[in-house]
Amino acid sequence: MNLIRLVAAAAMLALISGCATQQGGVGSEPAPVEERAATGVETNAGAQAGGASAAGGYTSADLDNPASLLSQRVIYFAFDSNDISPDAAAVLEAHSRYLAAHPEVRVSVEGHTDERGSQEYNLALGERRAEAVKRVLLLNGALANQIQSVSFGEEKPAMEGSNEAAWSQNRRAELVYQR
Amino acid sequence: MLKQSPTRLFALLLLAALTLTGRAAAQPITIEITGASEAAIPIAVVPFRVAGNSAPPSQDVAGIITNNLRRSGQFEPIATSDMLSRPSRLDEVQFPQWRALGVDNLVIGSIQPLAGGDYQLRFELLDVYKGSRLLEKTYRVSANSLRDLGHNISDLIYQAITGQPGAFNTKVLYVTEFKEAGKRKYQLIHADADGERPQALLTSNEPIMSPAWSANRQQVAYVSFEGGRAEVWTQPVYTAQRPVPRRKVAAFPGLNSAPAWAPDGRRLALTLSKDGNPDIYVLDLDTGRLTQVTRHWSIDTSPVWTPDGRSIIFMSERAGGAQIYRVPASGGEAQRLTFTGRYNADPAISPDGKQLAMVHRTERGDQIAVMDLETQQLRVLTQGPLDGGPSFAPNGSMLVYGRGGGGRLATVSLYGRADQPLALTHGAARSPAWSPR
Repeated sequence: MNLIRLVAAAAMLALISGCATQQGGVGSEPAPVEERAATGVETNAGAQAGGASAAGGYTSADLDNPASLLSQRVIYFAFDSNDISPDAAAVLEAHSRYLAAHPEVRVSVEGHTDERGSQEYNLALGERRAEAVKRVLLLNGALANQIQSVSFGEEKPAMEGSNEAAWSQNRRAELVYQR
Repeated sequence: MLKQSPTRLFALLLLAALTLTGRAAAQPITIEITGASEAAIPIAVVPFRVAGNSAPPSQDVAGIITNNLRRSGQFEPIATSDMLSRPSRLDEVQFPQWRALGVDNLVIGSIQPLAGGDYQLRFELLDVYKGSRLLEKTYRVSANSLRDLGHNISDLIYQAITGQPGAFNTKVLYVTEFKEAGKRKYQLIHADADGERPQALLTSNEPIMSPAWSANRQQVAYVSFEGGRAEVWTQPVYTAQRPVPRRKVAAFPGLNSAPAWAPDGRRLALTLSKDGNPDIYVLDLDTGRLTQVTRHWSIDTSPVWTPDGRSIIFMSERAGGAQIYRVPASGGEAQRLTFTGRYNADPAISPDGKQLAMVHRTERGDQIAVMDLETQQLRVLTQGPLDGGPSFAPNGSMLVYGRGGGGRLATVSLYGRADQPLALTHGAARSPAWSPR
């Protein structure tokens, strides 16, 4: 299921970025085809994406495009964990490319937890999550001065409720672009 | 609610109704009783006689006393409906009647309105088996001091019978979250130890966390997100100055959280992640000087001082899961204190330094447990599954905690295990902190 979604997303990405020709300054970053391949996406989708990369990259319009990876700005975590899943890594790579291509863009990474356990521990865990996301963004070419990380711990749940459905929505990091 | 007699329920509802007329800012909306006490002392608090034909005062003092004594877990007040008579003076008491009811002690009294709106209140504490008087006192108070007087008398009764000082005339701080016009709001609430008379010390559109009392009860420290992230503030609890002279004391890069006042009132222990990882520091509030207490790659947080001010007890996940440790306040090697269970957090230390309360995770979820630091014996006190943030009463006999994750607070007694919700304001309450005496 995830793989299918990823393939679809990558194909969409390829089409979209193929149309976007205005952006420069992406020469030094890895081509999307390599990124895609690393996450196990079929090569034909990857090839299309690769073709698109030369033409440029993401634009701010992609943030509002449901078909773009940039429209995914919430990263979810397992209980008591700050590990970035492969799916989330793919999304973050897209954000890194966008940030790297647009050094003027600023993003805030907000770390959150579910309500279980100590509030003060959760504040620290939220920071871990925000920092983990920040690290992936930096590794993929974003600059430190573009990213601010902040933790809200369990204080700002996305969904109310004391059940796994709510908890899984609340264990998250949100990318908030300042625009 | 199940085990309670209708009269007691009525008394509580009456208490709730009375307090609804009290304060405009933040009103109690719920009082319920679920706890059962074991081996509690049976006592009868007879409703105080109102002298003459005057209207009863706005505060039911005998009801306040009854509620306090029950909450302590050490007493089991009988229902007023079970009382065969309602004496107000020693010479009116038929002791055999009360012995037949199995009551050890009897509280009686009267209240008389005076010119100018004050009241004269007299009470007696009697030993039913000896047929003797243990206490008799008369007070003159203003109408808005009646509730304080109820707490004072509760303390006197508690001490006369148990030999230990009471903790009823104390306060709690907690944070409440509610929606106003569709937007989340947060308030730092100051209330009586039974939850009544709530007042907001701070109202914010952003979260507030971890309120902590200074040892002299004059200052509070807390975490506020009003600056967009966690920063530590202090403010006086009682001040007529407007705006309230608040002070932002820690706004380093990263987390600024979990403040805890040193017994000397001049320093705060707190958690900072300015060097990339949450560690415990001590901040001198006069000089701004910062001393690092722990230095570990794991999460260290939730510091509390031992009463002698020499050590700091904190939570760390350095052994994998969250466990509780002790470290010299000047820094040094940390000693692990908890070994039962894979998750122990939110440490609180009793005023005598002998008991460690914590959130203890079992298959039933997060429950409040207390460990005797000498014997290492751990006792689970609450039901879970989402209990949090225990804080000791200043006499060490009770804890206030966040119950069940539903935004409600409760007190639980260390002995007798009375487990009772606090009267709460609107919204979801968390992070309770019981005041020093």
